[in-house]
Amino acid sequence: MDVIGKKKIYFLISLLVLIPGTISLFLYGLNLSIDFTGGTRFTISFSQKVNSNDTSKVRAILNKEKIKVSSIEPSGKLMFVRTEPIPQEKNIKLREEIENSYKSSNIEQFETIGPTIGREITINALKAIVIASVLIVLYITYVFRKVPPPANSLSFGVSAIIALLHDVLVVIGIFSIFGHFLGVEIDSLFVTAVLTVIGFSVHDTIVVFDRIRENLSKDRGNSFSKIVNNSILQTLTRSIHTSLTVVLVLFTLLLFGGETIRWFVIALLIGVISGTYSSIFNASPILVVWHEWRLRRKSLSNKI
Amino acid sequence: MKNNQTFLLFLIFALGLLTLFINAPEFKLGKYKVGPNIILQKLHIEKPLIFREGLDLQGGVSLTFKADTKSVLKGNETAALESAKEIIERRVNLFGVSEPLVQTSKVGEDYRIIVELPGVTDVNSAISLIGSTAQLSFWERGASLSAETASTSAYPGLAAVLGAQPLKTSLSGSDLQKSSITFDQKTGQPQVQLKFSSIGAKKFADITKRNVGKPVAIVLDQEIISNPTVNEPILTGDAVISGSFTQEAAKALSTQLNAGALPLPLGILEQHVVGPTLGIDSLKKSLFAGILGFVVIVIFMVALYGRRGVVASIALTLYTLFNLSIFKLSSLTPFGITLTLAGIAGFILSIGMAVDANILIFERIKEEIKKGKSSEIATDEGFKRAWTSIRDSNVSTLITCFILYNFGTGVVRGFALVLAIGVLVSMFSAITVTRTILRYISH
Repeated sequence: MDVIGKKKIYFLISLLVLIPGTISLFLYGLNLSIDFTGGTRFTISFSQKVNSNDTSKVRAILNKEKIKVSSIEPSGKLMFVRTEPIPQEKNIKLREEIENSYKSSNIEQFETIGPTIGREITINALKAIVIASVLIVLYITYVFRKVPPPANSLSFGVSAIIALLHDVLVVIGIFSIFGHFLGVEIDSLFVTAVLTVIGFSVHDTIVVFDRIRENLSKDRGNSFSKIVNNSILQTLTRSIHTSLTVVLVLFTLLLFGGETIRWFVIALLIGVISGTYSSIFNASPILVVWHEWRLRRKSLSNKI
Repeated sequence: MKNNQTFLLFLIFALGLLTLFINAPEFKLGKYKVGPNIILQKLHIEKPLIFREGLDLQGGVSLTFKADTKSVLKGNETAALESAKEIIERRVNLFGVSEPLVQTSKVGEDYRIIVELPGVTDVNSAISLIGSTAQLSFWERGASLSAETASTSAYPGLAAVLGAQPLKTSLSGSDLQKSSITFDQKTGQPQVQLKFSSIGAKKFADITKRNVGKPVAIVLDQEIISNPTVNEPILTGDAVISGSFTQEAAKALSTQLNAGALPLPLGILEQHVVGPTLGIDSLKKSLFAGILGFVVIVIFMVALYGRRGVVASIALTLYTLFNLSIFKLSSLTPFGITLTLAGIAGFILSIGMAVDANILIFERIKEEIKKGKSSEIATDEGFKRAWTSIRDSNVSTLITCFILYNFGTGVVRGFALVLAIGVLVSMFSAITVTRTILRYISH
């Protein structure tokens, strides 16, 4: 198997996955939940299946209290309601009114997140991703500082981060599409998923890089791209086996873990598969591209 | 070297038994009941060993309050917040919640108090109980020594009772020792009984001495709740507030008085209520999925790596026992780990990483054997060569966890903490445990 020789094909495959998600991200953005935007969401459970009569009744109650409604979604015996943040005084009145107009209704879940907290969560999530990425580049650059020439330790750090950004973009892009067409929301659990993907992606990439580092010091006769290719092949079984175990566990979680964590698990699944792909087919080939580019520049400057 | 190995094997075995004991249900040994909590009771340690479940797993109310620090002197905000926290803890205990959690935090210029009440679903009564400031004060007519003049506009109705210049006495809610609900012997009306501390009793005696035949007003926050006329000086330090209370109102008032006054007004920022059925359902499902995932990994490892796969499965079982024990033991410390759905996901992911370490090692051993090395040397080489990649990848995961823990909120923090513990434990279980058992087998 020649991964490095066919690297352009593998980059193309990545692009094919990335482009639709990126377009969707630009066109539709992300379907952010109240965790980020602030607002109130609650679930009303009824003894019978919810019909359109019930939803318009609830809407009328909310309108009477001058509460802006974002969405009311019936689902079986449940009704999911999302509104702007409801202040405490109105909340008590509202509950009474809803529970009075339906004898057997019950508010199962009630959440209000103030706009300040929403903004805070968004900023903190972005901060966490940026800081974690920077620290990881620094860490990899440090750990690979003794890598023998012609390789350069910074290129390892940067390639790992490019692979990482690839995985994050894949997950976020696909969830932008999900958000637009399936109404899937981005909540704080999704942020956890993205951060896990970051951890996994780097974890996977480092294993391949570690092998490259080892082979570089052992195998001086071969060209850089040949050594990288050999390293990828030597770690391939491990990469596939590890991904398979994680994917299998995630599948059991997906099938039996219940509604609450379904989209969280799907985000992880996409991220883990993308992470395995990128560590084999993106991160290491990027090392070679970087290396060849440096060689070309060197020979150019030598000619001048 | 050989002694070392025997010692390690013994240590692993002992740790395995200990953690099994910590996690197993209580059992009978002869006529004695045995279990970790029974031993703790014998040692007079009051806290029991438990898994602390987050609200998403058992249902309950989570409230975030913003403290209004305008009335507090600069530099005293943290102290005021801490005392507010203590008072809230007392109020919450009066509410009868089994394992409440009250935390303070400072975000930017905001001072916050986060309260989690497992099992509570009536969010509105919880908010009014926690958030009310309940300042009790006593007022008298005319000029007096230790008194301050009040702006009568803030206390409507006071002038009508006490004349144009009502005075606040030095007696306040903080002089109260205990408050309880009693019933008027004649009318059967509920009333609130006050018992003052010794200093409070002296102050109260002074007030009643100088006001015989005159009214005294008892004010809660800004509202007059009672204005009895003093018939004779009361020297015992007992007083009764009789208004037109319902039994609930009398009970609520006495509860508030017992808890004391909040030094800061609180406003609600965020509230979550999770119904108990929803929580238990999620817990059951994730537990089942977790066990199933574990079985899948064991089958997969044994199928791929045969005898070594069995050893890895033993290491994985120990790994799970160690982790669960850490979660349980943490309930004895002030840094109790609360298990949430995200935390369980983090735990399952850390299992994946623990397995990865074993896969890395075993693949390496296979390679070395292919090169013609003996199984024993190949095993040693496999561990040695796989170590750098295990170390580097785990450290990068720990870096991510560290950042998440520091910048994340609630759910994210729990996830990061569980994942970090998992990664650290896996360094021991997947490497030391597997190697020791493999060496033992090959001898």
